[in-house]
Amino acid sequence: MNRLRRLGPALLAPVLAVVVALVISSAVMAALAVNPFDVFGVMLDFGESPTQQVTAMVVIVNRAIPLFLAGLAVAIAFRMGLFNIGVEGQYRLATIVAAAAGAAVSLPAPLHLGLIIVVAVVVAAIWAGIVAVLKVTRGVSEVISSIMMNFIALGIASYLLTGPFRGSPEGASIIATADIPESGQMPGLNTIFDVFGLANPPRQLYGFLIIAVLVGVGIAILLNRTRFGFDLKASGMSPSAASASGVNARGMVIKTMLLSGAVAGLIGLPDLLGNTHSYTTDFTAGLGFLGIAVALLGRNKPVGIALAALLFAFLDRALVPLQINDYPSSVVTIVQGTIVLAVVIANEIARRVARKRAAGGTAAPAGGPSTGDGSTGAAPTPPPGSTDQRQGAQA
Amino acid sequence: MSTVQTTQAPPSRGPITDLLTGGGPVRRALWLALGGLVLFSIVRAISGENALTSSSTMSAALLLAVPIGLAALGGLFSERAGVVNIGLEGMMILGTWGAGFAGYQWGWGAALVGGVLFGALGGLLHALATVTFGVDHVVSGVAINILAAGIVRFLSELFYTDNPAGGGVTQSPPVSSKPPSFSLPVLSSGPDLLGDLEQKHWLLVSDAAGVLRGVTSGVAIVTILAVLLIPVTYLLLWRTSFGLRLRSCGENPAAADSLGVPVYRMKYIAVIISGGLAGLGGVFLVFIAGIYRENQTNGRGFIGLAALIFGNWRPGGLAAGAGLFGFSDALQLRSRTAVVALLLLVALLLAVLAIRQVLRQQLLAGGIAAVVAVAAFVGFLTIDVLPPGIVSFTPHLTTLLVLSLASQRLRMPQADGLVYRRGES
Repeated sequence: MNRLRRLGPALLAPVLAVVVALVISSAVMAALAVNPFDVFGVMLDFGESPTQQVTAMVVIVNRAIPLFLAGLAVAIAFRMGLFNIGVEGQYRLATIVAAAAGAAVSLPAPLHLGLIIVVAVVVAAIWAGIVAVLKVTRGVSEVISSIMMNFIALGIASYLLTGPFRGSPEGASIIATADIPESGQMPGLNTIFDVFGLANPPRQLYGFLIIAVLVGVGIAILLNRTRFGFDLKASGMSPSAASASGVNARGMVIKTMLLSGAVAGLIGLPDLLGNTHSYTTDFTAGLGFLGIAVALLGRNKPVGIALAALLFAFLDRALVPLQINDYPSSVVTIVQGTIVLAVVIANEIARRVARKRAAGGTAAPAGGPSTGDGSTGAAPTPPPGSTDQRQGAQA
Repeated sequence: MSTVQTTQAPPSRGPITDLLTGGGPVRRALWLALGGLVLFSIVRAISGENALTSSSTMSAALLLAVPIGLAALGGLFSERAGVVNIGLEGMMILGTWGAGFAGYQWGWGAALVGGVLFGALGGLLHALATVTFGVDHVVSGVAINILAAGIVRFLSELFYTDNPAGGGVTQSPPVSSKPPSFSLPVLSSGPDLLGDLEQKHWLLVSDAAGVLRGVTSGVAIVTILAVLLIPVTYLLLWRTSFGLRLRSCGENPAAADSLGVPVYRMKYIAVIISGGLAGLGGVFLVFIAGIYRENQTNGRGFIGLAALIFGNWRPGGLAAGAGLFGFSDALQLRSRTAVVALLLLVALLLAVLAIRQVLRQQLLAGGIAAVVAVAAFVGFLTIDVLPPGIVSFTPHLTTLLVLSLASQRLRMPQADGLVYRRGES
């Protein structure tokens, strides 16, 4: 019960934000003569046969895996007050190098997979590390430098794809790297559908799901149960207090960005290892930017990010059906964008309400109706979370 | 009160330094410009890359510097009032769409209005989130960037897919009229004296002629007006009481509030102007292409932000930054081989830096600079043409290099990026 009371308000703000965002985007659609209810109907329509429905769910989960990893990568940096906007470039560059490395060698299956993953992680971590080094040594804002590094990474990736890493024949309509051999492909998880007696869909559920879950658990433990996680959070809330208590601020910036980049390196792998087996000109793009939205929506917590990733994946699934039914598929992006804006505003209001209550010294009545009272402990990003408790104690 | 920053006389640092840096920012800027011209002439003469200082590159540089400069100017308004504006890119995107939409129906004048209006709407949204709701500025800006990309795609799908005038999901029908342009008589048109001089390829003289002809031939009148916005902004922000109030919100909002400055309203005004200027930058991108295209901004809003930081949150400085980035952008668009000549420039600059560092006994830094200089020189000698993927990020790499060399002595507005709540501080 106590746990529920703590969690309920924390959930209320995002849920309310999603509802507000749906209302706003409906209004926008209606204003432009698109019937919002039809659009939402298409979004919720998973098809008739059990196979179609399970397929739709597999599509959603497959999409949610990279979104989750992207959100996680952004959130690690967010927790320390760093904005890693360069996730996009980090994963694209990492994926193409990993794809080329995987295609170039032939190893036994587990080793081959391991090599591809390690290459991707290292490349992305180095790319993120450059941003950290520039920040620490030259004082360059990581927001600007990581955005510039995005453009540089995309330029290099396009050069590598058309130049040294090109595996497709001259004149092919889609330029691609060479295919990764069988031993470097990750098997799907479709056997679990048989175990649960569900229809086995034609689409493979990515095996990378297991790795993503492990990474999520690992990061959650690292952030919440270790000294490093504590230092990271402390540096985010109050850099001066953290450094006064012996945290090496510069070292933390570099470590955090390396970790964030390392996770970013994994983003492209579910698609690469489970589906495409090569990096192509039309490889999944934009996950880095969506990751920012997912991290904001998930309040920088692994479980929240997983839920947010599922929500975004659910919205993304509607892209194709919307196009088939002749609706502007970009409503999906609008809904996502308004959700993000609504969520950040809702979080802020929730924080302020909590602060007022704490300052006023009035205990929150059980099941209070207002937006997310008591989200004090739940909001990780805004530094004043700590002041709330102090003020509460004084009052 | 408003002139305090510029009039303090620094202690003398030797006769040569005084000659070069004394006499205030104007003389310093002149020296810098002259030094740059000499450097570029030498590099052009050695490499034989006439595109480096040709009038066509220069006019392209001016065209491309204007959108970046306008975005930076937008950032200046917003950040001087204490609101960090990462959403410039999104507002610029909105501006390009607004310009395309109004432009194909009613011509270039309407495009200007439409773009500014759309950009200002983005600014209003940012102000609402950051000032009224107190959302973290960077978070709000990032959200606006994502949202703007979605909105314009949505609107394009709605208005352009079945449009008899043309266009599609990613582009508008062409803008129905071009803004008028003019050339300086005698010098740049008709007898075209500067053009003749430029074709001679004499050291320095032809380079100067190329630069002058580039900025005086076939220049749109709106471009000149946009360039004039820089001195106008300076006068507005540093020479009027409105400007003083606006800047006080960025330095110490609590103090400003106690003196009766309506802080929230000032911030709203500043951020809306900021969005309008970023949108205007988008309009110029549409003018260059004659059409709205998706991804037309290509990160120029962010580059504008970098130009603002490079320019130390001052109008003159950001203009210099915008010119630099516009130039590197123009070079990469006009000539892939000329970008290789930039390597020679980098080698020269770093060699000078290396010698300076060694003379100052900083052997490690000097050594690194020397190694990179040699590498750049070898690259210049061995590379003929860079592949398109690599060339495409020249402006972004320039931005990054310049920022990492320059960003240590900068001073941002004191309360920049801090959420101000009345009565809570």
